This record gives sequence, C-alpha cells and structure tokens, in this order.
Amino acid sequence: MDKLWLIIKREYLNKVRNRTFVIMTFVSPLIFVAVAVVVGLLTSVNNDTVRKVAILDETAQFSNLFEDTDRTDYITIDNSIEQAITASNEAGYYGLLHVSSDNGKLGEITFYSNDAPNESYINDIERTIEKKATEANLITSGIDLKKLDDAKVDKTIKLQNYLGVQSSKKVGYVKMIFGGAAGYLLMMFIIIYGNMVMRSVIEEKTNRIIEIIVSSVKPIYLMVGKIIGTSLAGITQFLIWLILGLILYTVAISFLGIDAMSSPSTDIATQQLQDMDQMELIINDILQLPLGTLVLCFFIYFIGGYLLYASIYTAIGAAVDNETDTQQFMLPIIIPLILAMYVGFFTVMDNPEGTVATVFSYIPLTSPIVMLMRIPFGVVSWWEILISVVLLYASIIAVAWLASKIYRVGILMYGKKTNWKELYKWLKY
Amino acid sequence: MEYTLEANNIIKNYGEYRALNDVSIKVPKGSIYGLLGPNGAGKTSLIRIINQITMPDAGEVLLNGEPLQPKHIQDIGYMPEERGLYKSMKVGEQCLYLAQLKGLSKKEAKSRLEHWFEKLGMTGWWNKKLQELSKGMAQKVQFIVTVLHEPSLLIFDEPFSGFDPVNANLIKDEILELSEKGTTIIFSTHRMESVEEMCDHIALINKSNLVLSGKLSDVKQQFRSRNYTVSLIADQPQDTFSKVPAIYEPQKTELKGLDHTLDMNIKLPESQTIAQAITQFTSLGELTHFSEIIPSVNDIFIKTVEQDG
Repeated sequence: MDKLWLIIKREYLNKVRNRTFVIMTFVSPLIFVAVAVVVGLLTSVNNDTVRKVAILDETAQFSNLFEDTDRTDYITIDNSIEQAITASNEAGYYGLLHVSSDNGKLGEITFYSNDAPNESYINDIERTIEKKATEANLITSGIDLKKLDDAKVDKTIKLQNYLGVQSSKKVGYVKMIFGGAAGYLLMMFIIIYGNMVMRSVIEEKTNRIIEIIVSSVKPIYLMVGKIIGTSLAGITQFLIWLILGLILYTVAISFLGIDAMSSPSTDIATQQLQDMDQMELIINDILQLPLGTLVLCFFIYFIGGYLLYASIYTAIGAAVDNETDTQQFMLPIIIPLILAMYVGFFTVMDNPEGTVATVFSYIPLTSPIVMLMRIPFGVVSWWEILISVVLLYASIIAVAWLASKIYRVGILMYGKKTNWKELYKWLKY
Repeated sequence: MEYTLEANNIIKNYGEYRALNDVSIKVPKGSIYGLLGPNGAGKTSLIRIINQITMPDAGEVLLNGEPLQPKHIQDIGYMPEERGLYKSMKVGEQCLYLAQLKGLSKKEAKSRLEHWFEKLGMTGWWNKKLQELSKGMAQKVQFIVTVLHEPSLLIFDEPFSGFDPVNANLIKDEILELSEKGTTIIFSTHRMESVEEMCDHIALINKSNLVLSGKLSDVKQQFRSRNYTVSLIADQPQDTFSKVPAIYEPQKTELKGLDHTLDMNIKLPESQTIAQAITQFTSLGELTHFSEIIPSVNDIFIKTVEQDG
C-alpha cells in the first residue's frame, strides 16, 4: 500500500509540475475568454456600418412606415424605377425597395441589391407592408380596427406538473443543457485524461524504465497508481478552472452588471421585468431538477466512466511502442463515446424513456454519458440507476482485470507490432 | 555449500512457446555467476522469474533457502538489459523514488545516495534532470539505483552493453568490490571476455534448456581435449613441420617469435602420454614450449551450442 501511495504521488506530481500542464491550466481559460471577446468584437464590428436603403414607393402609402434604425437609414426617392436603380447603385446604397402600384393599389414589391439580404430583414419588410395593407383593406371593408384589436385574445399556457410545480416553456432546454453539459464534460475528461494515462504508459516503455519499476512493484500497482494519479491531476485542473471561472464570472458581473443598470429606459425595464418572470421560472425549473441525484450520479458515473475507459487506455498504451501505433486500437474507445453522445442528444432528448435510450443507459461503455443525460428529465427510477451502476462497476472490475493482463505482458514487449490477435494471446499468458 | 539462489525445475510457457524447459541452477553464496546463452535462449525469462516479474508455470525458486515471496524484492537488485530512467525527473528525486519502491526509508535512501554520489564523483547532480546528463552519467545513476538497497543478490543483464569503456571499467570495479563484501552476483551475457575475467561459476542455456552448469574450473576441466601448443627451434621450420607424425594432427600457428622457430597446435592421441610426446618432439629439434590449451569460455560456448544443434 505504501508503494501504491508512492506511485500515485509521483504520477500526480509529475503531471502537475509538467510545464504543458501548468500552461494549459492557466492559459486555456484565458484563451477561452479571449476567443469569446474577439468573437463578440468581430460581430459588433460586422454590424457597425450603417447601410442606406432607398425606397421608391409608387403607392406613397408605405415609405413613411420605415424609420431609420441603428443599422439602416431609409431614403425616400421619387424617380422612375430605371433611374432609381441606376442612382441607388451609383450612390452605393445597400438596396432599393420598390413598391409598385397596381391602379393605385399595392402591386409587386421588389428589393434590389448587390448582396443577398438576410431573410429576417426581408421578412420584417414584408410584415410591415402586409400589416399596413391589411389594415387598409379592413378599413375599406368597414371594419373598426379598434374593435378588432379588442377582440383579439392572447393566451400563454402555463406549465405545471401534477404536483402543482410550475415550469417555464424552456424546461426541456434546461434539462437538455444540464444533462448535455454533464455528459459532454465526462466525455472530454475521459478523452483528455485517458490519453494522458496512455501516453504515460508509453513513456515508461520508451524510457525503458518499466522493467526496473516492475522488479520493485507488481505491474497492477503501477497501473492503478498511474490511473489514480493522473485522474487526481485532472481533478486538480478542473478545480482550478472552476475557481478561475468563478473569479472571472464575478469580475464580469461586477463590471457589466452595473453598466447595464445605469441606463434603464422604460422599455427595457418592462422587458427586463418579463425576463425576470421568465428567469424566475427557469431558476425554478433548475431547482426542480433532481439536483441531488444528478450531482451524486455525476460523481458516480464520472469516476466509473473514467476508470472504465482509463483501463482500456492503459492496455492500449502497454500494447504499442509509440503513440502513432495507437490509432488502430482507438476505435473501441471513440465509437462508444460518440454513440453515447448521439444517443444522448437525439434519442434521449426526443424520448428519455424510449427503449434505445434505456438500453444505452445500461450498457457500461455508454451508460455514464447516456444516464447522466436521462437523469435531469426525472424519468429514471432508482432501480434503473442501481442496475446501470452495478453493471458499470462490475464491468470496470472485469475490464481492469483484462487490461492488467495485457498491461503485464505488453510493458515488457519491445519492437513488436501488436494486433488484436496478439492481444488475445496475451490474455492467456 | 550455501546457495543464495536455487531455481529448481523451472518451466515457463508463453502460449504455445516453451521459454524455459525444466531449468535448474544453483548460485553459491558470494559467487559471481555467469548466465550464458545465445539471444532468445531464455536467460531473460529466467531472470524475470527470479525478480518475480513473471511467475513460472512449474518449479520453485528459493532465495537464501526460502521460497520466493514479495518481500524478497528488497533482497534483489536488478539491472535489466532494456534499461532507462524517467527523462524529465530530477536525478535525486528519481533515485529516492526508486529506492523507496525497493523498501528503503526516505532518510536512509538519502544518506546512502549521498555516499554513492560522492564515491562516483556525482556531487552536484541532485537537482539535474536526467535529460541534461550525458549517457555515461546516466549509466552511473542506473548503477546506483540497482545497488542502493544493498541486496544480497545482484542481477545484471548484459551489464556492459551500452556502457562506454571508461564507465564499464568503473562499474566492473564496483561490482568486484561488492562481490568481495559478500554480495552474490549473476551476470547474464553473451560477451565471453567478461565472463572469463570475472565469473567463477557459469550456466549455459540454449533453446530453453540448461545445457551446462557448474564451477568454471570444473567446466573447463570437463572440456579439456588433449590440445597442446608446441614450439621448436629448427633450422628449416618447414622441413621439420613435415616430419611431425600425422597422429598429432599438427596445425601451424602464425606466432611471429624468434627466427627458426616452429609453432604449432597438436592433439595428443589417446594412446600417448605427455612424456612420450615430449620425447617425440625433442627428437625433431630443441623443444622450447609445450603447454596444454585450456578451452576458453567462448570455445566452450560455441562448441556446446553447435553440438546442441
């Protein structure tokens, strides 16, 4: 046991002191923030120029509907259409809106421009004109617009479950975000730290220190110590990111938050009030999630899933002489992970109780991710989780046992091209 | 006789392949034991079993009279043929780690390391990373981690391969010193000069089988084959050579000694004694040299392996 502790300590310190690790830990959050800021800046720069749109309105009913906005200035012109097109083009206008008249009534509407304008902008124009024209028609037909308005009914359906708990319409998204984030985090952790374990096994082989170590400790100790040491380093990294994230978040809130509050126009205020209502419901949604179960299960599946895959990664590392040879063995790792993510994002979101979703939340290679995605929907009963966890941990023991057999043989094999058949033979040594 | 290591009827299979077939060796306490054999004969398999890296399929290994147990790891020091160290780890830290894995306390390991660092002129290396060291320097570190826990049995697999001549000599002297202090040493090698020079016992493994073992002098005795070197002074060496009776199967050797000397190797027929042969040669000229050719380990090795097919 002392020796296992020694190995864990060495593996941990070795990872944590590594320059790349330190840089990754502290620089990647900054990169993340920097990328977000740059993207934000670029978007705002992208929308910076005010474009000019000429309006040639033969009916003279609609041009006054278009008011200048931050991004668009409207210029009403009064030419023949041919002249208008030439003039707009020469003046470098973004576009020309031509509303033709059909015997004094609304005719064809055309938007001339060099670039294809985006759909929502065109939709806005259509809606504005349609509304005005419809109103005009209604008036012509002798309908009182005010009465019509009064007669309109606008209802929002409130969502509530049988126990009387309210939720927002976005509840599905909230559940998806929580489940998806948990599953995605787990997948990333498995890939990043699994690879790290594998590289460390290969390193010991290429350094030729492995035989010295295994003449002092049993290979299984080295393997277990390596997996635990590396995962502790990973957890350290995650904790640092969490703390950095919280700090950055606090800083961002204290700057931006005050900024947003300083100029509350009435419009924004009502909007905010509505948002607040919506926010409250969303927070309510979050609180209604099986949070306790989710957090507990997150740890159980996180550890289980990582251990399962790390065992496979160790065996692969032992089987090869260098990293390029690992490719052929990567499929059994990547396929279940990708499958789990697809099942999670499509099948589970569609029907968390469906057969496919249920089956995949039992299969050990996919259960950590799929089950974590199912849990937020609150449809998983405790015995389902129990079965899935028992299956997962039982298979960890089985896979780790097999992996340790391959590991034991593989670490002492040099310069031999390994294939699946060879690995199978090693299991019987 | 007291034995540090006894391996009895060891069998080891890798799948269909039998790497060791009923191999037994006895390594006397305090001896320097040469484990010889061509590449792939099974030497490393046997050594890995002794180090408890792998388990034998049959047979038992006794260390100082006790069946091999995990605690015996501390009694054995092993320098494998494929050896190396963590490149990005500091020398001192690395030595401490490996010593602790062998069961030394941190404090004890540190004081012993200081002693060794001083002895091999390595003071000031403690905080250097392995990758900053030259190959020769790294080899010294390698040697220290092998012997630091003062085991009763040291196993060196091809110890001098990869060592430069200066370091190889240094290490050889250190090994001899340890041997004088009573440490039992096993060399696994196919470099025969070093065996001849250092070993007092040998075992020869070929194709998974033990084909020869025992005290080096006994083995040599066993391989005496009535071969002798003879030197004569003669006016006409060529002439004299033609007069040597064919029963001696004479072969001229190109020893550039004095003028008018005839040097040759002969084989003494079963029917003759040494005295009779000397009389015979004296009649051909002035006999200046007559000595038995003791087979070298290299000869024994090649002969045995060839006989074995």
